[in-house]
Parts: sequence; structure tokens; C-alpha cells
Amino acid sequence: MTEFTTTGQGFAPLSRRGVLKGAAAVGAAGLILPHTTRSAQAQTRGGTFRIGIGHGSTTDTLDPGLWDQLYVQTFAAARHNYLIEVGSDGQLHPEIAESWSSSDGVTWVFPIRQGVSFHSGKTLTPDDVVASINHHRGDDTTSVIKPLLAAITDVRVDGNNVVVTLEAPNADLPYLMTDYHIPIMPSMGGKIDVNSTDGCGGYIVESFEHGVQATLNRNPNYWKSDRAWFDRIELVSILDAAARLNALITGEVNLIDQVDPATIGMLESRGVARILSIPGNAHYGFPMDSRAAPYSDNNIRLALKYAIDRQAMVDVILGGHGAVANDNPIGPANRYFHAEMEAKTYDPDKARYYLQQAGLSSLDVTISVADAAFSGAVDAGAMFSETARAAGINMTVDRVPNDGYWDNVWLNPNGNSPFCATYWGGRAVEDHMFTTAYAAGGAWNESFWDNARFNELLVAARSEINEDRRREMYQEMQQLVSFEGSTIIPMYNNYVMAVSNGVATPDRISANWNFDGFRCVERWWMA
Amino acid sequence: MDGVTDERPPVRDRTGGPLSGHAEDGTLSNVMRMILARIALGIGLLLIVSLVIFWATELLPGDLATQLLGQSATPETVAALRNQLGLNEPAPLRYWNWLTAALTGDFGVSLANGRPISDLIAARLGNTVFLALYAAALSVPISLILGILAALWRNSIFDRAANAGALTAISFPEFFVAYILVLWLAQTGIFPSMVRINPTTDFGDRLYMTFLPALTLMLVVTAHMMRMTRAAIINLLASPYIEMARLKGMSPLRIVLRHALPNALAPIINVIALNLAYLITGVVVVEVVFVYPGLGQLMVDAVSNRDIAVVQAVALIFAAAYVALNLIADVLSTITNPRLMHRR
Amino acid sequence: MGFALSVTLGLAGLFAIAWMARAGARATLSGPAGAIAQDIPLTAAFGVLVILIYAAVAIAAPVLAPFPEREIVGGQFQAWSAAHPLGTDRIGRDMLSRLIFGARNTVGIAFVTTALAFVVGAVLGLWAALVGGWIDQGLSRFVDALMAIPALIFSLLLLTIFGTSVLTLILVIAAVDATRVFRLARAVAQGIVVMDYIEAARLRGEGSWFLIRREILPNAMAPLVAEFGLRFCFVFLSISSLSFLGLGIQPPTADWGSMVKDNATLITFGDVTPLLPAGCIALLTVAVNFVVDWQLHRASGLKEQA
Repeated sequence: MTEFTTTGQGFAPLSRRGVLKGAAAVGAAGLILPHTTRSAQAQTRGGTFRIGIGHGSTTDTLDPGLWDQLYVQTFAAARHNYLIEVGSDGQLHPEIAESWSSSDGVTWVFPIRQGVSFHSGKTLTPDDVVASINHHRGDDTTSVIKPLLAAITDVRVDGNNVVVTLEAPNADLPYLMTDYHIPIMPSMGGKIDVNSTDGCGGYIVESFEHGVQATLNRNPNYWKSDRAWFDRIELVSILDAAARLNALITGEVNLIDQVDPATIGMLESRGVARILSIPGNAHYGFPMDSRAAPYSDNNIRLALKYAIDRQAMVDVILGGHGAVANDNPIGPANRYFHAEMEAKTYDPDKARYYLQQAGLSSLDVTISVADAAFSGAVDAGAMFSETARAAGINMTVDRVPNDGYWDNVWLNPNGNSPFCATYWGGRAVEDHMFTTAYAAGGAWNESFWDNARFNELLVAARSEINEDRRREMYQEMQQLVSFEGSTIIPMYNNYVMAVSNGVATPDRISANWNFDGFRCVERWWMA
Repeated sequence: MDGVTDERPPVRDRTGGPLSGHAEDGTLSNVMRMILARIALGIGLLLIVSLVIFWATELLPGDLATQLLGQSATPETVAALRNQLGLNEPAPLRYWNWLTAALTGDFGVSLANGRPISDLIAARLGNTVFLALYAAALSVPISLILGILAALWRNSIFDRAANAGALTAISFPEFFVAYILVLWLAQTGIFPSMVRINPTTDFGDRLYMTFLPALTLMLVVTAHMMRMTRAAIINLLASPYIEMARLKGMSPLRIVLRHALPNALAPIINVIALNLAYLITGVVVVEVVFVYPGLGQLMVDAVSNRDIAVVQAVALIFAAAYVALNLIADVLSTITNPRLMHRR
Repeated sequence: MGFALSVTLGLAGLFAIAWMARAGARATLSGPAGAIAQDIPLTAAFGVLVILIYAAVAIAAPVLAPFPEREIVGGQFQAWSAAHPLGTDRIGRDMLSRLIFGARNTVGIAFVTTALAFVVGAVLGLWAALVGGWIDQGLSRFVDALMAIPALIFSLLLLTIFGTSVLTLILVIAAVDATRVFRLARAVAQGIVVMDYIEAARLRGEGSWFLIRREILPNAMAPLVAEFGLRFCFVFLSISSLSFLGLGIQPPTADWGSMVKDNATLITFGDVTPLLPAGCIALLTVAVNFVVDWQLHRASGLKEQA
């Protein structure tokens, strides 16, 4: 199966790298859009799908309220179903909820699918749905999405329906129900069992060794007939980037995430695997604490925004697998993306101009970075520092430990990291992104930005029903965040994965999260 | 002259020197007494280790609750989780609770995922010991043979080449040696690039699958043991009794094997023990590269998640292994060295 | 096989130069220097030559390097060319310049770290052996406990607590290394303090510091020097391993250990880039130890039979 040639006798001659770089450039050009080959093939059943994932730890937990990375997310998608699914087209599709409706945006009714059973044999009822949602609510919940569901005042069973009541109208509640933290799990006396792997998804867990590997077999009673094509799924945690590449090349696994951008061209030239590069709303950024000098001055923020070379970052940090961002957390895959905003390009003169506006001729800043923020953050910091130097900004790069980064550096808890690096997976709905990280007082408002007009628009847009007016409001908010906000967002990163030629993928791959919205396990099949 | 340099030949020590020098006195009952004293000392040492580790983990920014919640932590959920995990008690009390439970053999459960620590560790301890013994089985004979040959043909081309080769091998970082081996031996389809074993894997398959990690570790530790063997033997070659043997017309090989080697065993045994300890406690990088579920990875994971009970348990296993191996080395070198056995 | 060939030729060239330099020294020098030139084996001459070249490169780095250490001068991973003889690195900095500055930073950091570890470790170790009693027991048991914790994991813990500036990196690695040096120094000194001349010096009323400096240290020098040579080289490896686990040197400082890690995935495809810094480390390690071996051989008093 692995019929590639290899340089068994030693290292390749010097000229080889030049050849490979050429190949990389050609390859990258054809990869901007989602993968569209192999469409004519019919799905086939069978085979073992092995995935090598660059996450996973011995402390991984089965508690859905604490899930945070691709390993547990994919593991969850393999064994669980959700109320609503985000399709490859970015639209909502019914899953355990057969449909959803609301007359006023406050009370939402979800009729629950009949005839679905858990792996344990228990039949799924609306009670299970209520328990699954309530796991993230209440005073003593430890769930990370507690703030997201804070607006829910009541969840109850009404016959075959689940009824959710909000404190204020929100047109986007169905989107919230697709959140990967809310799988439908069996209720045991009104609560879900957080140590159980029981679900109603396409695969039944055979074994799970924390931080090492999970194996699952196809659920013979799965209610979907056109999904879950593989007989068996194996999820292997491979933290080291080179080890992941090697595992793919030697056929130990069929799919890997986080392909090192520097090696994408070389991997493609091997001919054993193809790269899937899926543009989404995920983005890398550098938040500045807008309460702290000098970042409290918007001129300084603008100077820094013009002192970063966005295109070079996309080329180098993302290996071309991404797009330039204009300090806008709303991505091209969002509904109300503002594409006509004035683009900021690298312009040292403009940066100097804004420094002068702030009454300065030069500026000293320190940026705290760690690769824990995003892969390549330290390199990105070094690049930013170089381009800023030309604009009279002396930027010191402080490489901080990965360990404890989100705890100790991000959100400037000790007052010594007002300028750092961040990563956002992107959100399917604008409100979700803005409320989470840009609204005044938001728990994760990483730049501590407080803009009266923005805050006002945010609340108003939630209950606006007129589509055009809603679009206008969201675009004004994007304009505000981009030109007055306190977060530099230089790039949208694609989800880059490498899949072996033995596995077929559908025409369209979801831009909502990595691995086809974690659903590669049930949407893909053996070629 | 041999008083100084034969005990401590000039070689690199990745894990540190033996716990203490040789046993001071002779006869077997004295050896027993030494063993008992050293075990008592070892227990005290484990106590210090547990204190140091607990204290250091406490000093780390954040705790298990903030680590589990990560980027999504809010003050409320952190407080709720701390409460649930029992992290609100003062540190000395938590240490005391842990210590009293540990003394009765109960290492508790992993706070992060609620699994008993003994379960968590059992399989990984087996894997770690297996890999260490495998690497030792490869490296000890090779380094002894190379070391003896290098001493025999000292300053020859062979000696220089073996020395330079071994030094080059240890001056490459472990992960880099591993990548090169994978390039040559795994991408060609000869060996697997990662280890996929489970408790039911049979012994032959296990040897095959863990060959590359064992080979990597062999390259890492061989230089140390080889240089030690060579240095220990050469040191003795200046002794009068060797000169005597040489004058009697014995062949150089015979002199080395019959006269020099037995007297050089003590330092050689010590360095083997050190390297065994290193193979058990220091191989986290190799575990990561070959996706090998061993204790090193478990400890690093537990440290970064502040799962302190797991950190403590693994640290104690490491420290106990270190103490035990050094003790065995000292006992063996006392027994094998007639001068140490019958000194005064 | 161009790379392997150029490496082989380069090494052969260095040996040839070392041989010629030794021949020249034998012909021209007299007295003690001449005796050393007569005595020195070719491998040690090679080692000395390599160390001198490294020292020269480290000192003259700003003059020798075609580009500044931190400046981005091209695209990512550009091929080897006239403008960039060894290509460019991950973010487009000149590889050759980074290697040259790396000599200065890496060798500097390694030297300071090792020197610190030796000063602290050796002084404490010799002192403990000299005074004995409770001080010796207390220090030794504490060092034992620290040594029973795996060095890499312990460094990881300490660096996470204290941050990763170059200074803390040096202090942490030195602290971990110092425990090893302490052990060695104490063991060596224990054999010396029972000697008659120490007793005689004590009776003369000499203080501890004098004894350590004038009586014990000179006699314990050989094994300590040997250990110094190796520890010095392994600082690079520590930095590299720490970098593998996510802690490393501050950008934009060029450091060989981190450079190996930064480019390591390329080796998966047979690309030689990561071999360059790794080769720099390996060459220095071999060179230093050739010299150390020669020194030990002289100290051991073993005369070669024909």
C-alpha cells in the first residue's frame, strides 16, 4: 500500500529542496478552495479509519462541560449525536431534534426524534435532552459554556417536545444547540453520567485509554442509514508534528491534523496523501489591553495595525493556507461578513503617522507569545517585531511558557502581559463571537474593549428581524472592531489536514470546525 | 592513582552519580547492614522528593481547575470546579492528606478524570520498564564489547572512530536521532514509525514494534557506558600487576579480560545502573516521538494539568527506581570487588 | 550525496590543517610548548583547531555574518544560493548568519551555565567532603533527593515557575547540573582529604577555603576538567530538549539547540537543514572531548607501549 520511494541511503542532495519548494508553490495555488475531486464515487461501507490527532492528554475527561480540543471533540462526534447539526453547507440540519420553531424568539420548541436508541439499548426521550442541556446550567455547573447558555431561563419537556425559554429574544438559539459541548446523553435521574461513553451516535466505544487511543465499532442500530460508513474508528493521540507526518506517510494513520506548513509541499510530492485546506472563521490575533497605556490610545493601536505584514504572515505562518484578515473576527464564512471594508496593508509610513498623532516618534512595546496560543505564534511575534521596527516601533518578543499560557498570560491577569497572542476557533454566528470576546464586561473580552456604540448595536441586532437592517448593524460593528477595536487580527487560518489516498471525502467539507466539523468519522468513507 | 579516577572516570552522566560511594566495609553481614541502612535512607529521600515536588507544583501558576477550564475559564466555573475537586483546602493540609493515604498504599484517584492512579500507572509502568530493559539489553553488551575493544586497541583508528561515533550520537538531541531512524528504517517499511501496543500484544510483536525507540535509546546511552568501560580498563592498565602479567607474556586480550575487567567492574556497574535509571526516568522525549505510552509522558501531562496526585505518584516511582538501582549497583560492586569486600 | 561528500571533505580538510599546524609547531616551538606539540595526538590537535575556529567565529560573529541575526531577508526556506549560502530559515532569516550568531550565543550560554554549575557544585562538594559531619550529610541527602527527580522534568517545572528569560534558563540548567558536579567533586575529594598533606596543612592551621583552593582542587582537577568538557556540550542538548517540550530560548536569539528543533520536521523528508545546527553541536562535542581525552591520558600517567 505504501509504494513510495525513499532516500534510504542518506540525505537528499542539496538541489532537492529547491525542487520541493517549487512543488509547494504549485500545490498551494490549487488548494485555496475546498476539495472537490472524487465526487463521482459512491460511498462504500467498511474499513478502519485511523486518525492521528495532535491533541490528547492523560487528563482528558469524558465530561462534556470540560471538552476543549480536537481529540475529545472528534471522539464525541463519533459516539454522540446533537440536537442540531451544522451541515457541510454551513446550514442547520435536524439531528435529534426533528425541527425547531419559535414565534417570538423567546420560547423555542424542539420536537424530538422518535425511535432513536442509545448504545446501551435505552430509548432516547425528551428527558435525556433536558438533562443534557441542564448539565451546563445552574449554580454548581463546571461547564465552560455556562455563560453561553446563561440566557436560558427554563428547559422543560412537553410531550414529545423540548421547550427552551430565554430571558430575551435570540434568533440564534438553534445555532447554540449545535455546540459540541452539548451531546445528547442518557439521563440518569435527571442528570447525565459524566463518566459514561454511552451515546446515540454512529460508533460504539470499544476501548478508551486516556491520552493514548480510543477504538470504536460501528453502531449496528444507528438510525441514520446514509452515515457512518467505516466499520471501525481508531483515534490516536500523536502530539509531535513530525511523528504525525511519519505516521501518515508510513500508513499507520489515514488522517492527521495540524500539518506543519513548512512541510506541506514535501508531503504532497510524496503522493501518498492529499492536503485538505478548509477556509473557516478561525483566526489568530494579538489582543492589546485597552485599559493599559499605551494601548488605551486608538492611534497607538492603529499604528500597530499598520506595522504588521499580514500577507507575509499568511505566507509564512500559515504556509499560504489561510487568508489575510482585517482585524475582523467575523470571517468570510459568516453570513454578515463585511467584505467591503478598507483593507489595512503593511505601511510603515502610516504607522509612523499614527505614532505622531499619539505624540510619539518611537514606541517600545513587549509582546508575550507562546505556541500554546496558536501554532507559530512565537515566529509570528518575531516577524511582527521585524516589520514594526521599520515603523519606529521597538517590539520585544517575550516567549512565555506554553504551560499555563491561557491562565497566566492571556487576559493580562498579572498586569504584565497587556499585549499577547490569541486564537479563536471562529463562530457560526456573529452574535456568538461578538458577545464572547468583544462585548463590554464579557468574560473573555481579551482586550477589555468597551465601545458604547458597539455594545448598543450588539443588543439591538439580536432581536432585529429585518434581514437587511440586521446585516447593516453587524457590518457597522465589524467596522468598529476593525478600526477602533483593540485586537490585531492579521489572518484567518484554514483548517489544514492531510488525508491518505485510501480515504474518500465528500464534495464539500464543512468550514465549521476542523475535521469536517468533527464529522469526518461519519461523513467520509474508504475509497 | 587509581583511588580517584577509577571510581569516577571522566564520562558524561545523564542522570547523576550514584547515591553514595562504595560501601565502606567488607563481609556479607556488613553488606546486609549497608542495605538496610540505605533502604532507611532511601525512604527519607522519597519523603524529601515528595515535598519538593509538591511544593514546586504548588508554585506553578494556576491549578487543576483553571487548567481544565483553559481558555474558557470564568471565575464562577473555576470556583465551582475547585470546590468539586477539593482544591480549596490549604496546601499543607492537602499534602498531609495525600501523605497519610500514600503511606497506607492508597495513591488516590486522578483528580482530572477520576480514574484510580494505580490503574493509570500500572500499564504505563510495565511499558516503561519493558522499554528500559529492551534498550539496556541492546546497549549494555554493545557498549561493553566496544569499550573493551577500544581499551585493547587504544589510540588506534578503531578507538578514535568508535569514540567519535559515540560522541556524535550523543550530541544529537534524542528526538532528532529518532527522526533520522524513522526516516531510514520506518519510511522504508522495515519497522513501524509508531508503537501501537496493548496489553494483549504478544512478546515477539512487542519487540518488533518497540525496536526503533529501543534503538534510539541505545544510541543515546551507549556512548556513556562505552567510554566508562574504556576509561576504567585503561586506568588499570598502568597498575604494577598488569605490568607483571604483561611481562609474563600474556596476550593483551587475556590481560584485559582476566585481570583488568574484574577490577574495573565497580565503576562499570555504577554507570550501567545510572543509565538504567535514565532509561526509566528520562525518556519522555522518545515516548512522545514514538507515541509510546510510558510514565514520562504521564508525568509531563500531569504536571501541565496540575494533577498533583498523579505527579506525586510518578515522581515517587522515579525516585524509588533511582534509589533501588543505585543500591543494587553499590551492592554488586562491593561483592564483585575483593578489595572492597575485605578491606580492613 | 553532495552533502555527505562535502561534510567528509570538510572534516578531512580540518584534519589536514591540524596535522600541518602540529608539524609546524613541532618544528618551530621549543621548551614546554614544544613538548606539548611533540606529545599531542592528531585527534587532540584537531580538537584544539576546531575549538579555536569556534571561538574565532563566536568573537567575530558580527563581522563574519553576512546579515544581522534577527533580520528577515527573504522568503521561507529559500534554497541554497549565492546570496544565502545555506538558504533561509522558517521565517526567512539567513541561515548562515543564524548559525554564526548561534556560535556566539550557544557557546556563550553553555560556557556561563557550565562555569556556574562548576563553581557552585565543586566548591560545595569539596567543602562538604572537607568538613564532613552534619553539613556533609545534609547537603548530600538534599542533592540526592534533587537527583532522584528526572532532570528534564525538574527543569521544566522550574522554568515554568520562574519564566524563560536567558538568565533563568542559565540558572535552572546550572542548578540541575550543579547537583551532578557536587556529587563528583565530593567523591573525588573524599579520596584526597584523608591524605597526609591535607592533615599537615590542617595542623598548620590553614582555613577551609585555603585547603580547598590550594590543596584539594589541584589534585581533583583532572576528573573535574573531564566532566566540564562533557557538561559544557550537553547544555545544548538540554536547551534542545526543553525546546522540544515547548520551552526555549527567547526570540530572536539564534541558538543551535532550538534551531535543530525548529527545523526538525524537515528531516522527515530527507532535507538537510536541521543537520546543520546539529552538526555544529556534534563537531564541537567531539572536538572538546578529543582534547579532554588527551588531557586525561596525560594525567593517568599511562605510557603507551610501542
